[in-house]
Amino acid sequence: MDLRRPPRSSSGGVEPKIRQVGFVTPDVSSEPPAPAVPAAAAAAAQPAASSAGSPPASDLSPGSLSPVMIPPPRHADHLAPGSPSPAASASELGDDESWSRAPSAAELEANKGDLAEIRNDNVSASIPQKQKTSKAERRAIQEAQRAAKAAAKETGLSGKSAGTVSGANPAMSKQAKSSKASQKKDVPQAASTAASEKKVTERPPERDRKKDAPHPRMQFDDVHRVEKAKKRAIVNQSEARNRVELFRHLPQYVHGTQLPGLESKFFQLEPMHPSVYKVGLQYLSGEVSGGNGRCIAMLLAFKEAIKDYSTPPKKNLSRDLTAKISSYVSFLIECRPLSISMGNAIRFLKNRIAKLPLTLSESEAKSSLQSDIDRFINEKIVVADKVIVSHAITKVRDNDVLLTYGSSSVVEMILDHAHELGRKFRVIVVDSRPKLEGQGLLRRLVEKGINCTYTHINAISYIMHEVTRVFLGASSILSNGTVYSRVGTASVAMVAHAFGIPVLVCCEAYKFHERVQLDSICANELGDPDIILKVPGKADLGHLKNMADNENLQLLNLTYDATPSDYVSMIITDYGMVKYLAPLIAVFYLSYLGIFI
Amino acid sequence: MPDVQPLVREFVLKLKRRKVEGSHAVARQTAELLRSVVSQHRMGSTNQAAALADAIRGVGEQLIAANPIELAVGNIVRRVLHIIKEEDISSTAVGIEGLSVTAESDDEYDSENDDHPTLSAAVLAAHARNALRAPSLQTLLEDIPVSTALSRSASSAGDSDGKSGDKSSKSRKLKHDVIAAIGDLIDEIDTCYDQISEQAVEHIHQNEVILTLGRSRTVKEFLYAAKEKKRSFRVFVAEGAPRYQGHVLAKELVEKGVQTTVITDSAVFAMISRVNMVIVGAHAIMANGGVIAPVGMNMVALAAQRHAVPFVVVAGSHKLCPLYPHNPEVLLNELKSPSDLLDFGEFSNCMNFSTQDGTPLLNVVNPTFDYVPPKLVSLFITDTGGHSPSYMYRLIAEYYSADDLVVKRRSTSTSS
Repeated sequence: MDLRRPPRSSSGGVEPKIRQVGFVTPDVSSEPPAPAVPAAAAAAAQPAASSAGSPPASDLSPGSLSPVMIPPPRHADHLAPGSPSPAASASELGDDESWSRAPSAAELEANKGDLAEIRNDNVSASIPQKQKTSKAERRAIQEAQRAAKAAAKETGLSGKSAGTVSGANPAMSKQAKSSKASQKKDVPQAASTAASEKKVTERPPERDRKKDAPHPRMQFDDVHRVEKAKKRAIVNQSEARNRVELFRHLPQYVHGTQLPGLESKFFQLEPMHPSVYKVGLQYLSGEVSGGNGRCIAMLLAFKEAIKDYSTPPKKNLSRDLTAKISSYVSFLIECRPLSISMGNAIRFLKNRIAKLPLTLSESEAKSSLQSDIDRFINEKIVVADKVIVSHAITKVRDNDVLLTYGSSSVVEMILDHAHELGRKFRVIVVDSRPKLEGQGLLRRLVEKGINCTYTHINAISYIMHEVTRVFLGASSILSNGTVYSRVGTASVAMVAHAFGIPVLVCCEAYKFHERVQLDSICANELGDPDIILKVPGKADLGHLKNMADNENLQLLNLTYDATPSDYVSMIITDYGMVKYLAPLIAVFYLSYLGIFI
Repeated sequence: MPDVQPLVREFVLKLKRRKVEGSHAVARQTAELLRSVVSQHRMGSTNQAAALADAIRGVGEQLIAANPIELAVGNIVRRVLHIIKEEDISSTAVGIEGLSVTAESDDEYDSENDDHPTLSAAVLAAHARNALRAPSLQTLLEDIPVSTALSRSASSAGDSDGKSGDKSSKSRKLKHDVIAAIGDLIDEIDTCYDQISEQAVEHIHQNEVILTLGRSRTVKEFLYAAKEKKRSFRVFVAEGAPRYQGHVLAKELVEKGVQTTVITDSAVFAMISRVNMVIVGAHAIMANGGVIAPVGMNMVALAAQRHAVPFVVVAGSHKLCPLYPHNPEVLLNELKSPSDLLDFGEFSNCMNFSTQDGTPLLNVVNPTFDYVPPKLVSLFITDTGGHSPSYMYRLIAEYYSADDLVVKRRSTSTSS
């Protein structure tokens, strides 16, 4: 509210998640909360304030924080996009992007402008300042803000980021309401930005406190939200019948219904970029699968989109581009829910966009982003894989019998490399329905001349007697050491553990995530249920074909499962080989939130 | 026994070609065949029991060799041998008056026999069973088969009685008793489902979530019975690759109105945290309480142990095998065709690769059975009730005799 209020960080540390590690310049935490001024302030004053705010912010960002520093979002009070605070909240938004569905879908309608993002920055930024506002005072301020908002309605903001936050935090109904109100607005101008900023910053502190916890994802069991999401969706999906009760909180659609519709709309693309559309279709059809593959495909599509991007007049490049990226992401989510690797990559991209220095011209900004994407792919995926292979190769000895499950790109690289080095070993490929990914891996390994045995997951107890090492890939590794990977991995790790065989999980560091999961049901992806009925090669197994509509029968096709950490002997990442991963994950994940390499 | 040979040959062929599969069908047909063998057997004058047993052993050897993995065959053969012994003892005991039955035995009951010359056949049969179960040290050390002792007692009884006319009636009676007992055995095999299903209400209450893998008729009947009694439960059925019998079970359950969810085998670990009980069938139960079950069961048992979910095995008593499982993964297993897993057409180009020493680069492993160690099993539900794995040896001792473990024809000239 005003300078009297101490920054939230020194208020006694209510913040659990994000801590200051390292040196912080005093400017960062004590920036005058200009947006907290009540709506009575002249709207015209705000643009000046915002523009005045940005140069100091941009000066601040490069030198103020050491590379190790992880600035909590609330300590940065900037309006400008170039500060770490928007970066932090951008990452939070990115987090929302990853995990929320409806709000991202909501953004599709109003796709331009992202001043709501700034709004959210200010929410987080200025909350610590006004912690001691009494309830009545806050209410008065809110009323004033609403009046100002009504006045500034014609220059409304895009509902995107607001929708994001609102969708992701269903508990915060007030916030949602105000965001939804703002969704009806058009592309903002500076004045309305200020007005809405003012409104937003007056939110009570509890909301911000709640923001620190990882947001709950889109609640698919809440009918109203699902309905709203459906209205804004590009992709028409019909909900599958016979949904398993236990998984009501996850989306389940009838597969195969979207693809023809999307294909026909290929040339009515606005506002979708063709390469993004193509990637979305590839996800839907299953042509591109696997954490690394999907992430790289998505980033390359974004690179194309950025190349073709041109800033609309009177708009800020970074805000507009972020909004565009968010709309693309929401489309991709509708095709197939994001993997954790994709979520982290999106967060990185938004971070880079937000941190673009304002002095860059459009073409320079675009090329900088494109090189950032290339750098990400190269450093975090390609080189990381090479490092993992070099670590893991030390674990492959002569006369080893290595078991792997499904088809992991990293494990395949390890096996190829070991074979090239001339190690004598043989591989057991374990596979399972319905994806049968192991068959592809088997074919590729045999073609290279590696001695392979193929079996299905039920036979792992039989085959485990012969095995010396188990190599597994992962979609992600969570903060409590749980390995989140293809369904069936947990069973393989369990049986290997029962037989006393070391289990080595190979995962690039960019796939780590800070959330925690105890079992495979809290968060998962539901695949096409009908594929369970169809057993390839066995036409006579049509037992259940006619029963699909029976209400007593449900089909469950899980995509992922969570392997408890005690089954894993060692995790091989590009940062080394570790057994206890939790501290590593905390550090490296948080680095995505703030400063990035 | 010339009349019976074609029947035996036919059955042996069926077993060899796996035309008859499944413990229930195999057990029933084996019992019926053995009943025919017994009825066709011509009883000699002396040592009828031993001769009969030997004839059974001869047939049994052939049957077991036809399909060594189908343990139900051996189980029934050994049951019949045990029946022969029991019937022989009881009929001998009835025939004996004023003669101690087991002069060789050290059982304390026998000292009482001197005082009570006339004992009911049942009591004497029980005594004999004791003798069978706990062979005397003397017989063990001297390696005298109990049947020989019995035959000696029988012959001595016959001699002392001096009623040679009774022998023919005795032999007829023995055969008659054995056939009747085998008929009882067949009934037992047929009614095992009912008896096991009766126990369903004790274990399934309200709002249960049950997991099963593949399809077992015993499990199906078990769940049907619980549904009849209006217990509310839902079932997760894992497909059971590569036979996918889980689909069949799911269809049957859905038709009865049970809420069923079909899951893939890989999802068992994921779902088992929400399951109250795992109920599965078995192919065979071994003497140590270990279970030979369709492939994938060990994975389910380990997952159940991890999540502290009771792992219940339902099986009829004809699946109880007196053998101890040595290296069961290999010796009591069968590898089926790789075509279940890989399509030959698709992978034909991979099959041509080979290393220098001619071994193929691509192997496919498709085992039929899995071994579940007794420590992973919480409960066995058989037609005699519920038992823990450590109790199974007692049941086995009741149904089988110790020296029938190896079914091998012996020459019949051991006695007299």
